[in-house]
Amino acid sequence: MGVEQKLGNMGVATTTLEQAVAWSRTNAMWPMLFGLACCAIEMMSAQASHYDMSRFGMELMRASPRQSDLMIVAGRVTRKMAPVLRRLYDQMPEPKWVVSMGDCASCGGVFNNYAVVQGVDEVVPVDVYVAGCPPRPEALIHGILTLYEKVRAMKFAEEKK
Amino acid sequence: MVKVLMNERLQPIVDQLGKELGAAVSEYRGDTTLTIPAENIVKACQQLHELGFELLSALTAVDYWPQEDPRFHVVYQFSSVAKNLVLTLRVPVPGINPSLPTISHIYRNANWREREIWDMFGIKFTGHPDLRRILMPADWEGHPLRKDYPLGYEEPQFSFNIHEIDLRKPYAKE
Repeated sequence: MGVEQKLGNMGVATTTLEQAVAWSRTNAMWPMLFGLACCAIEMMSAQASHYDMSRFGMELMRASPRQSDLMIVAGRVTRKMAPVLRRLYDQMPEPKWVVSMGDCASCGGVFNNYAVVQGVDEVVPVDVYVAGCPPRPEALIHGILTLYEKVRAMKFAEEKK
Repeated sequence: MVKVLMNERLQPIVDQLGKELGAAVSEYRGDTTLTIPAENIVKACQQLHELGFELLSALTAVDYWPQEDPRFHVVYQFSSVAKNLVLTLRVPVPGINPSLPTISHIYRNANWREREIWDMFGIKFTGHPDLRRILMPADWEGHPLRKDYPLGYEEPQFSFNIHEIDLRKPYAKE
């Protein structure tokens, strides 16, 4: 039982390099552990056995930015935390993506005050926004699948240097 | 009018302090508060410490803006675990150049609490060993818990003006 049976004994499968790279990127995305508030609880349950994010190739949350290529900002970012967030983002190797999880990370949410950054997109470029306060695990998984669509559609020529 | 009797163990302490420090005594639902002038706060803390109030359980401030003099009240709450007593001191502070002498040499936990009051209300504590900001970033301007501090708010985007506001929203570079 191997790949050769599925390929109809042809022995060779052809594809474009772009597609192969996109496939491998989306099936082994390592998110960085960046839970900041209650959204992190939903993020944890999205990874636990009920919702099981590892179905989509996200088994591991890395504690180090150097080993990850996706940052899920889960929760409110205070102005004191913002430089730390940016520094961690800068330490991630290219290519990298950011999911802004929840209302607080996306636009400040109910915390419309001096202490909280009004949307994490002021600090790092965001690829996908997930709405909700907090979003359910299904919503987070939907956001990640939306990111996968974006990654699959990426062309080498358009990639950032 | 029903007058709630003050705790009989607290009464002599309040009488003594009230006489020596020119304190105004007030009571609310069994909590006793002494309002004393700013120059007597160190003396009052020393006396309370000697009288067995070994714990400074709270130190905070209130901003009564736009009232200017006194604009702030600094509130000290002392507890005596041994005697099971609680006593509150209130010190009115003017709005222009607000400052108070530190009590961090008497109650050591006042060190961080005074830093917090400096950070949030901008009340200086003279003689404090290390008066830096404690909650806000070191380069922060202003004192956020003052009533006249602007509310940092974002313009709400509606469907009719979303693009217009989007133009001046600060977005991060790659």
